[in-house]
Amino acid sequence: MKYSGFKVIKEALTGHKGWKPVWRKPEPKPAYDIVIIGGGGHGLATAHYLAKKYKQKNIAVLEKGWIGGGNVGRNTTIVRSNYGLHGNEGFYELSMQLWERLEQDLNYNAMVSQRGVLNLIHSDPQRDAFVRRANTMIMNGADAVLLDAKGVREHSPLLNFDNGRFPITGGLLQPRGGTVRHDAVAWGYARSADSAGVDIIENCEATGFDIQAGTVMGVQTSRGPIKAGKVAVAVAGNSSRVMAMAGRRLPIESHVLQAFVSEGLKPLLPGVITFGAGHFYVSQSDKGGLVFGGDIDGYNSYAQRGNLPVVEDVCEGGMAIMPMIGKARMLRMWGGIMDMSMDGSPIIDRTDISGLYFNGGWCYGGFKATPASGLAFAHLLATDTPHDTATAFTLDRFERGLMIDEKGQGAQPNLH
Amino acid sequence: MSLVDFDAPINFKFNGKALQGFDGDTLASALLRNGVKVVARSFKYHRPRGIMAAGSEEPNALVEIHASGVCEPNRRATTIKLFEGLDARSQNFVGSVDRDLLAINDLLSPFFAAGFYYKTFMWPRAFWEKLYEPIIRRAAGLGSIMKTPDPDSYDKGFLHCDVLIIGGGPAGLLAALNAGEAGKQVILCDEDFILGGRLLSEDIDVDGTPAADWAKLTAHRLMMMPNVRVMKRTTVYGVYDHGIYGALETRRDAIGLKTPRHILWRIYAKTSILAAGATERPIAFENNDRPGIMLAGAARTYANRFGVTLGDNAALLTNNDDGLRTSARHVLDVRGGESVVNTKGRSGVKSVTLNSGQSLPVDGLYMSGGWNPNVHLTCHKRGRPKWDDVLSCFLPDAGNLPADMKVIGSANGAFSTQAVFDSANAACKTLGIKAAMRPKSEDAPVKVTAFWHVKTKGRAWVDFQNDVTAKDIALAHQEGFSSVEHVKRYTTLGMATDQGKTSNVLGLAVLAQASGRTIPETGTTIFRPPYTPVPIGAFAGAHRGTHFKPTRLTPSHKYSAEQGATFVDTGYWKRAQWIARPGEKGWRDSVDREVLTTRGSVGICDVSTLGKIDVQGKDAGKFLNKVYVNTFSTLKVGRCRYGLMLREDGIAMDDGTSARLSKTHYITTTTTAKAGPVYRHMEFCRQVLFPEMDVHLISTTDQWAQYSVAGPNARKLLEKIVDPNFDISNEAFPYMACGQITVCGGTRARLFRLSFSGELAYEISVPARYGDALIRALMSAGEEYGAALYGTEALGVMRIEKGHAAGNELDGRTTAAHLGLGGFVSGKKDCIGKVLSAREGLNDGVALVGFIADNPKDTLHNGAHFSAELGKAGPNEDLGHMSSVAYSPELKHWVGLGFIAGGKSRIGETVYARDFVRNHHVKVKIVSPHFVDPDGERLRG
Amino acid sequence: MIINHPLLGPRDASEFVHMGDASLMHRPDPKSETAADDFYRYQYLRDNPAGLYAELWFHEQGDRSWLVVTRNTLTHEIIDVQLARHIARQKS
Repeated sequence: MKYSGFKVIKEALTGHKGWKPVWRKPEPKPAYDIVIIGGGGHGLATAHYLAKKYKQKNIAVLEKGWIGGGNVGRNTTIVRSNYGLHGNEGFYELSMQLWERLEQDLNYNAMVSQRGVLNLIHSDPQRDAFVRRANTMIMNGADAVLLDAKGVREHSPLLNFDNGRFPITGGLLQPRGGTVRHDAVAWGYARSADSAGVDIIENCEATGFDIQAGTVMGVQTSRGPIKAGKVAVAVAGNSSRVMAMAGRRLPIESHVLQAFVSEGLKPLLPGVITFGAGHFYVSQSDKGGLVFGGDIDGYNSYAQRGNLPVVEDVCEGGMAIMPMIGKARMLRMWGGIMDMSMDGSPIIDRTDISGLYFNGGWCYGGFKATPASGLAFAHLLATDTPHDTATAFTLDRFERGLMIDEKGQGAQPNLH
Repeated sequence: MSLVDFDAPINFKFNGKALQGFDGDTLASALLRNGVKVVARSFKYHRPRGIMAAGSEEPNALVEIHASGVCEPNRRATTIKLFEGLDARSQNFVGSVDRDLLAINDLLSPFFAAGFYYKTFMWPRAFWEKLYEPIIRRAAGLGSIMKTPDPDSYDKGFLHCDVLIIGGGPAGLLAALNAGEAGKQVILCDEDFILGGRLLSEDIDVDGTPAADWAKLTAHRLMMMPNVRVMKRTTVYGVYDHGIYGALETRRDAIGLKTPRHILWRIYAKTSILAAGATERPIAFENNDRPGIMLAGAARTYANRFGVTLGDNAALLTNNDDGLRTSARHVLDVRGGESVVNTKGRSGVKSVTLNSGQSLPVDGLYMSGGWNPNVHLTCHKRGRPKWDDVLSCFLPDAGNLPADMKVIGSANGAFSTQAVFDSANAACKTLGIKAAMRPKSEDAPVKVTAFWHVKTKGRAWVDFQNDVTAKDIALAHQEGFSSVEHVKRYTTLGMATDQGKTSNVLGLAVLAQASGRTIPETGTTIFRPPYTPVPIGAFAGAHRGTHFKPTRLTPSHKYSAEQGATFVDTGYWKRAQWIARPGEKGWRDSVDREVLTTRGSVGICDVSTLGKIDVQGKDAGKFLNKVYVNTFSTLKVGRCRYGLMLREDGIAMDDGTSARLSKTHYITTTTTAKAGPVYRHMEFCRQVLFPEMDVHLISTTDQWAQYSVAGPNARKLLEKIVDPNFDISNEAFPYMACGQITVCGGTRARLFRLSFSGELAYEISVPARYGDALIRALMSAGEEYGAALYGTEALGVMRIEKGHAAGNELDGRTTAAHLGLGGFVSGKKDCIGKVLSAREGLNDGVALVGFIADNPKDTLHNGAHFSAELGKAGPNEDLGHMSSVAYSPELKHWVGLGFIAGGKSRIGETVYARDFVRNHHVKVKIVSPHFVDPDGERLRG
Repeated sequence: MIINHPLLGPRDASEFVHMGDASLMHRPDPKSETAADDFYRYQYLRDNPAGLYAELWFHEQGDRSWLVVTRNTLTHEIIDVQLARHIARQKS
């Protein structure tokens, strides 16, 4: 069903009786050409691009709960392509471009809002690093603006420039960055994939792989066995658990990242602000809530909840640069499971098991990658060659010493 | 029985109008007492709203509090204790709260159904951000936040106890009394400013006395117990791991004063008892959101506790016996087939339409859809409550409560006062705590028949604040959003500032009906912290402004400040960046002078912030061999050596020097930034990887003040303060020598002949308490040579001139080979990082080289990337990047260090340094990174 | 969280720094013929279990002991805490 201005008006005047389910609730078929495990943003986007762009047929997405219930439904909704290393930046810039035409691609308004993403600078070494990063961005076709203190003042006058501890000396702005209504991304991709014939099967947990002579033949699920030509794993924080069923260990640990939202407030912030001397980033949703976050808690966890030290650390960072938010009240805090990789960058690759493909290691940056991840994974599944922008995201890069380590922290996932 | 002191009037303002209430009132009770009906506007449709509840579950009556120049938005009128001078204002309207221009949204409501946004505003594309979204954003939001710093302060505290009791109603009071009498360390928290909970609201007796009196007496007894801490106005907002609870205490309601407004407590409890009570549910029927429509229990609270006369012609709609306690002229019991299908009255309910078709004029409508136990805190560790059909509510699932938590009273489904008391005593018994008393009270059986929604054509509100109606939920289901979580996200049900306290279960029930499932089949609902919203300022506490992070000062900080130093933040340290002299016009003047003076005569720099690790033991040398790529076991006593340390992944971690003071004693230095991580890493190697080695480590960074003395006159200067029995001539104390000496007549010191600047240079350290004296002694001794105090900028210029790598080069991605130090990796011995440093990807031929502009007048930019040609350059054309640049006052042109593919093999070639973001593109020559004194003659002089 | 330090008793987890899997205690033999592969696996591959997990914490704001903490990653419950050096010595 196409959404149009006419349709919206007609339904409003006739009691909304004509709206159809956004996606079907099919029973699983005994076999598919491609089975995608994971009905999150990446799995659903993969299904959409497989069906729509790569014209693949007979695809299923298996979701153990309800679609979009993982990190796509519990993040801080920021999209940006401001990475410092070429292995990443080209990919994230592709993602940014896909965000920019998402509504038209999907006929679904995910409220892509390019309000700008500003990273604050507080020291000379930080400026040096941001300049290097800005140049990487521009070389990959992204936009970047270096601001001095005056420029930041004009852009975001309400920041605490002379905060007693780490005065703001500048900023790196990506005007095209912004926010997207996160849940709608999952629903929009689901609707599009469904309309192209993809079976989205909720409440269907993958419980094992059927692997014969080094080739995957299908998956066992809580709703029975399903045969598959190819199996694609896109399960974010649960990557290790799912791949362990195939007997594989990954260069990934699962960590908790907390995020926070305040009560609704009249417009305060135009864009996304990232504090450079503390662990704090913030934007304001269309509903008015300040959506903010900081560092991961730092210990491995599958609990989807965190602890107070990080909550306090994040709020301290917020008060340092925006001391007016003291009177804004935190409404909800929650935690997601991050698939923290060993270099802080993702993996989109074949595995050593024929027919089994893996997508994961997104750390806390998977949301912004959703469209490009879907496209690149679909490309890999359809063509068995990596997408041009994702050639660096191999599984063997650690063995070969080809890490893409934006933060320079090495093989310690909780530092990325 | 009212608990309001009518002899103590309190003056306050609401929307500018002067009103009067009394001590003991909340803002809500005072507004009702003054006949105020419309208090606020709803979120989406801007419907006029009054007061629906009497506690923290209030979804409607949100107001802004004002004081001179200060505003606090989104305060619930029901939880503000009335105070003299309170200036409360309605929020979320354009015009006035009584005539809100945005109420047009209500007329357009057919368009604003659930999910409306996702289907529209896409045409044309650019209009979303330019037109639609700004309009939506302005209409959305609730209160306004001021744009100046929050003037209030917030404090933090830590408490420990045996038993934490959450909630001071009948259950909590009795449990606290029991635990207190049993000698336990007890903390009792309640969000209200009077203890007693529902005992304050109901017209019942306990042990023959009015319930409120019993509560007062019991509270008094508790406050007399030295082992019981009673914390009123303290909300336990979250449950965390290992018995840690977060609590927010409200110290005052007024804003903009000096004393702390809130205290954020972290409570460490061995056991907790949750006695958080229950919250009454509304019933969904058409236009159930009008001012004057109130929860029945709240109506009793206002009548009994606050002595407010709400009206004399009210109706009651109930599905349970508890509701029947409410005094109302018209009683409509759905169990008897009576029901309300609509209401009328724009700014206050004036009549209700019954299912019989009759229109009944009323001045108020009280509704009771049954009670939901406040299970919120049982869910904070992901526990899921279970549906109970008899009680028609979710109860905590005893199987997945947080460890060491007991739930008692109505929070656990005990709804008569007697059952509440009995459950408190029973739970205490399981904890080995005897009942201190067995109070007697009413024991009415729970009689409730599930009843949720009167289906009509119009809108029946479920989530009042967010304007989610039963139709929205049905539409969500129709569109396939049938999981509870999907419904919440699609409709925003339960996402308002009340966190779904009155709406979640009702919404779930409406969804169950729409989908033809039972409630357990439909799902459950869990809650996230915080229980009620907590100010961000309270979480930050005193950590703001200059106290955001600690500040570390070196022993000579005061001296540097006296000399006019400009300081730079390096981690938490403040370091002198440059020291301006009169007449210098900018930082470059100062830095150039500091460099030229040092290179021409002598300069002194505070390097105390460098990490220092004392390494001692029989195996100290062997240990350092493992930690560094270099060999240290062969280092002679009295000598220093530069060392490069790798991470196990083969990447350079840090560099520094190690000095061997004796056979079993080394001193290792680290960079300022890595002092902590390197020490941690070395302890890991010592304790975990090489436990068999006899070696001990201690960080002595803070124990020693250290100064670099550099320049051709450095030795002459030092000879003036080093005690004469120590020979520091070039022969006795050559380059890379070290020793323990005394200075200034017997003060213990260590001297290292190290040079970062490339000059004849020393580093001298003394115990930190002598740092200030030493810098003064050094500068005074240097006077005759015109010695300069130099800062980190001059230090940086000189190290770039010498081609030394520093933080910008050791960025966590570079290897020994990249840094031109591949030769250091010892061929034979093992060290951390050696095996993995051999991986192909880390041996890519990229290496550190020097750069100078082809035209010496050009400046160099840090962060520029290199390309062979000047045209458009993408990733494939990228040859590397500039990592450090400086203007060399000695060479009188810019010099740079950078990494480039091919490394030293390209020396002599030219490339372009491309700073796209600053639009600065310069032709540069690749040269050796050693710009000044490449043969190192000066430092050996 | 609270970590029950074997020498110091219960301490708030914020005094500690978390490093990762306790398997990092078992550094491979650099002289082995398979050293390259062994070190790759040692450094990069993780079991990452949902359930009991032995991990290394450093008491940075305390006595500077490395501890091996056995914790459930689903519930955060800690069931065992030992000094890493004791375990390491037993092994060597």
